[in-house]
Amino acid sequence: MAEGDSELQDLYRDVLLDYFKSAAHKGAIAEADIHSHGVNPVCGDEIEISASLTKDGVQEGRRLARLRYSGHGCVISQASSAMMAEAMEGLSVAEARELARAFKSMMLRETPPEALPERLGEARAFEGVRKYPMRVKCATLAWNTLLEGLKAPSDGAASTEFKEK
Amino acid sequence: MIDPAKIRKDFPILSRRVRGKPLVYLDNAATTQKPRAVIESLVSFYERHNANVHRGVHELSEEATNLVETTRAKVASLIGARHAHCVIFTRNTTESINLVAHAWGRKFLKEGDEILLTEIEHHSNLVPWQMIAREKGVKLRFIPLAHDGTLDVDSARQMLSPRIKLIAFSALSNALGSVSPIDKILAMARSIGAKTLIDAAQWAPHRPIDVRAWSCDFLAFSAHKMLGPTGIGVLYGKEDILEAMDPFLGGGDMIRQVFLDHSTYNVLPYKFEAGTPNIADAAAFDAAIDYLRGVGFDEIERHERALLGRALSVLGSMPEVEMYGPKDLDRQACLVSFNIAGLHPHDASTAIDLEGIAVRAGHHCCQPLMAKLKIPGTVRASFYLYNTLEEIDLLAAAVSKAARFFKKEEAIA
Repeated sequence: MAEGDSELQDLYRDVLLDYFKSAAHKGAIAEADIHSHGVNPVCGDEIEISASLTKDGVQEGRRLARLRYSGHGCVISQASSAMMAEAMEGLSVAEARELARAFKSMMLRETPPEALPERLGEARAFEGVRKYPMRVKCATLAWNTLLEGLKAPSDGAASTEFKEK
Repeated sequence: MIDPAKIRKDFPILSRRVRGKPLVYLDNAATTQKPRAVIESLVSFYERHNANVHRGVHELSEEATNLVETTRAKVASLIGARHAHCVIFTRNTTESINLVAHAWGRKFLKEGDEILLTEIEHHSNLVPWQMIAREKGVKLRFIPLAHDGTLDVDSARQMLSPRIKLIAFSALSNALGSVSPIDKILAMARSIGAKTLIDAAQWAPHRPIDVRAWSCDFLAFSAHKMLGPTGIGVLYGKEDILEAMDPFLGGGDMIRQVFLDHSTYNVLPYKFEAGTPNIADAAAFDAAIDYLRGVGFDEIERHERALLGRALSVLGSMPEVEMYGPKDLDRQACLVSFNIAGLHPHDASTAIDLEGIAVRAGHHCCQPLMAKLKIPGTVRASFYLYNTLEEIDLLAAAVSKAARFFKKEEAIA
């Protein structure tokens, strides 16, 4: 590591850069039950999330079978989107909501990184971002956009919009 | 010749450190730092002269009124306006443009009319016109951006028609630093009898203005981008046009006589200055103008050319840097707009910020322009009279370091 890179290294940790490079959950689902669009007007970052739900059970108990995202943004927002997509698949709507709230509350310094659920262990890599309030919104965009999408009615036709301040 | 070392001593904030390093402030197109004279003027107003204007007959009110009117006369002389009453104080450039859109546009535009703007406008010279266009059934047209980052005035000639009632354009682009062909656009407007509005928010801090030579109908700019306080802006308008316009906001100060069912309006400029104005900031703006005149716009331009020349050459020679705008000292001024290949501008600017260097990243309130360039945004480094060649080199070093870091991490190809 070159001298003076320590702050950069602390902010852009390896885990975060790995997720940034990952294309595992990029794309869109044609017959999606959840479709949500998010914009951060500060930087113009944009994300489209589509997800399919399992058919069984009532809305809160249905599970996120597949989740894909597309859009453009910085390393932090893209890494966060990738990590979110990976963590969410397989969770029920209620569990997904809870997990997104746990991530947000860590980013907003309401809870320490150590309090993150095990499923989000790698999200500790975002700890360094918390020092830069202007960048926290980059990290939370995907999660806020999904939370909006989870409000969509169970018939799946509606799409939602998350508007960051 | 400007001696930045000497000038920097007049700006208290420039001696502070950021992220453990000396502050390098290169976000002057967003707002500029304030010299001690401006800060002291603000303090002095509140400590010695604070009162409301135009109403009291007491001594303090008279002093406060005189301070505001002194600044108004100084602004008029700075921009070559014949009358001080053609200088209207607003909050900022955005409010000045909104004032014209409402008070002139509402009264004089009708369905089928057109407004000619440009593709490089700041949202503040676009959205007010979109709002009024929608209300009045007016069509917006745009002078396109040419490949070299300047305005394609020749192709705009084909759009000219008597339907165009206003041409509104920025003199200097906040996103690319490109200098507009001001005289050509004004001549086009004259040829079809259209009114003209110049957004001088980026121009006024750096270059002299002569509204009589330009013969523009409106001109707008902000004090805070030219060493003055925030919250005070200027709208200049030609006297007969301002007289013909309806008021913008209603309330105190803008009236002559008020009855329960109607009112008559005050004379210029008060007709457009409803309510208690921003007295302290107007008073302190005076000190900013004195400071700029003391240094001299010729000297400021010479210094900024040197800074831009260095930035174009050091950043322009880096293979990983993509530059936008004309990249030419005669057609670009005061700022460079660029990206590090493969890297989002926000990541680049965060890395630059970690070196104590303040730059702006994003769409610079020019989303349609960014869409046209097919980029999410740029990193913008904008200069002013207190910046140094060494600071440009520090910026280049920070850019190079950011590019190395993300390349090493294989985040960019």
